[in-house]
Amino acid sequence: MAVVQIRNLTKVFKAGTPGAVNNINLETKEGEFLVLLGPSGSGKTTLLRMIAGLEAPTSGEILIGGNVVNNLTPRERGIAMVFQSYALYPHLSVRENIAFPLKAQKVPKEQHKQKVEWAAGLLGIEKLLDRKPRQLSGGERQRVALARAIVREPRVFLLDEPLSNLDAKLRTSAREELDEFHQRIKTTTIYVTHDQVEAMALGDRIVVLHQGEVRQIGTPQEVYDDPADTFVATFLGSPPMNLLETDDVIVGFRPERFLPAGLIAPWAPMDEVAKTLKHENLLPADLLGPGQRIPLRLFVEHSEYLGSERVLYGKLSETRFREKPVCARVSSSVLETYTPNTTYDFAVPEHELKFFDAKSGKRIPPRPFPWQ
Amino acid sequence: MAVDDRKVGVFMFLPAVAYIALLIGVPLLLAVLYAFSDARIGTMGFHFVGLENFRSILQSPSFRAALRNSVVFTISAQIIVIVASSILSIALEPAFHGRWFVRLLILLPWVAPISLGAIGWKWILDSIYSVITWVLVWAHIFKPYGAPMWLGEPTLAMASVVLVHSWRLIPFSTVIMLAGRTSIPKEIPEAAAIDGAGFWRTEFLINIPMMMPIISVAVLFGTIFTFTDMTVVYILTAGGPFDSTQVLPSLAFATGIQGSDLAAGAAISLFLVPVLILIAYFMLRAAHRAEVA
Repeated sequence: MAVVQIRNLTKVFKAGTPGAVNNINLETKEGEFLVLLGPSGSGKTTLLRMIAGLEAPTSGEILIGGNVVNNLTPRERGIAMVFQSYALYPHLSVRENIAFPLKAQKVPKEQHKQKVEWAAGLLGIEKLLDRKPRQLSGGERQRVALARAIVREPRVFLLDEPLSNLDAKLRTSAREELDEFHQRIKTTTIYVTHDQVEAMALGDRIVVLHQGEVRQIGTPQEVYDDPADTFVATFLGSPPMNLLETDDVIVGFRPERFLPAGLIAPWAPMDEVAKTLKHENLLPADLLGPGQRIPLRLFVEHSEYLGSERVLYGKLSETRFREKPVCARVSSSVLETYTPNTTYDFAVPEHELKFFDAKSGKRIPPRPFPWQ
Repeated sequence: MAVDDRKVGVFMFLPAVAYIALLIGVPLLLAVLYAFSDARIGTMGFHFVGLENFRSILQSPSFRAALRNSVVFTISAQIIVIVASSILSIALEPAFHGRWFVRLLILLPWVAPISLGAIGWKWILDSIYSVITWVLVWAHIFKPYGAPMWLGEPTLAMASVVLVHSWRLIPFSTVIMLAGRTSIPKEIPEAAAIDGAGFWRTEFLINIPMMMPIISVAVLFGTIFTFTDMTVVYILTAGGPFDSTQVLPSLAFATGIQGSDLAAGAAISLFLVPVLILIAYFMLRAAHRAEVA
């Protein structure tokens, strides 16, 4: 196990063009599951490939276990990688695939059988050992790729979108398995994905990348609840954070915090609510008290019923942001129906508002906001 | 509708069938016919003589030499071609400045007419004007007039013929190998590098096995091109000296056309058919495997 440190890492593919990775600094913790999250073209895969030694950095340093590894070949870095396509050797059986790293690293032959069986057992693929990759399902291939990576007990695990080739249902179970797998082996893992759900579910910390730069590093909760800038705010969350812009400040709030004004909102102090109400889910808007919520009127244009929730798309009426499209997510346990082209009373808790500088997009401390 | 489709299909298919029947089927039938007859150029007489022609060519020392030479010629040329084109394909795969130009240069021997190329080589290897000899003498490796006669000594002549034919086939094989190599997903050799495999291990345990269906297509095509080719031999040595480079096609030509013994020539060339059918069978199987994989 080892810590990976990245210092001022830059990769420019073609001189004169913007770098794929620009001056990135980050450091994993021992045994951590670190997720690199970003849209395509954000440089996350390039960063991972540089750590693996498949791509040479233009400048900067990569340290694994405290040693600079820039000039080491992939095999000397003590890393293992799972590729998006799994890159199983199609002409070799599962057993031979898993044994390949042992063979290549000249592990004595007597140990191969035992190690292959250990790795296969860890992933529950003992029964597949004599099959060829083409006879396996997507999920099985992914497990073989993991087994091949784990078999020589690497110091660092690198995973490049290993779930993206699986169908939605399988992806959820594979995600759980991956999490459990990491809990068991506790190897430092760097995981690349563009899927925020995966990132939130798996990551101890998430590194949000955009255009080759780190926008934020933090726990899933930190990047979601305290986005460092408007990019992070809109990249995480679906639908993304509502942003209202004035000349010098942008205010944002999450759709799921933008609720019917009459609802018991999560921001209401619970003991006070309990005192007032017995069972109802609904609470008169004025019970919340002044200064705790911002009442806004939502003109609903259309709504989507998604089973667990309703997503309402519309515009804020009666404010200076009249033409600004916003959206709200209301739990489907709220039985009220929303008719299109009707205006409803909504509200957002004041402390849920995030403020950003209009020019840089960076987060700034809360300040008065001109709603009207 | 289905019937119409069928008719159209047959109609579309006919030109190809006619082409093959006229240009390949008829000569092949004639060859079979001649091989069992006493047909000669210049006479109209035609009698069936059974296996007489085969009996007589099997006893001929020229035929045995040609058969042996054909095997040596084909196998050694194939080994050289496969090794050289493997190396070239490895060298030409990664992107570098002027790659297209180098690829074009390497393809040239294949696009140039074979007779021109062979005539060029005849001059290069000529006993008096050979540029190779000139260089070797200039470098004091051989004394003037003491240099080897490239096409005049049996072993050297065979080596020359093999090398020139390989020169001719390498581009074709390289193109096939390059295609095979390019079809390997980039992540596979990368995964091998991360798993700790060096260059040789990656080549011999991963890349070459993965390219095997394509390599076998290259080998089988090359084998057929070599086994049935007489241009290089005919132009460089005409089978000499003393039949030391005579191969079956050149012997069939010399006997049947130049020697006017059509029947014996046909028998010699028919000798190739079983071998070629076998090769064609394996070729189709390999091609099919390549498709499936």
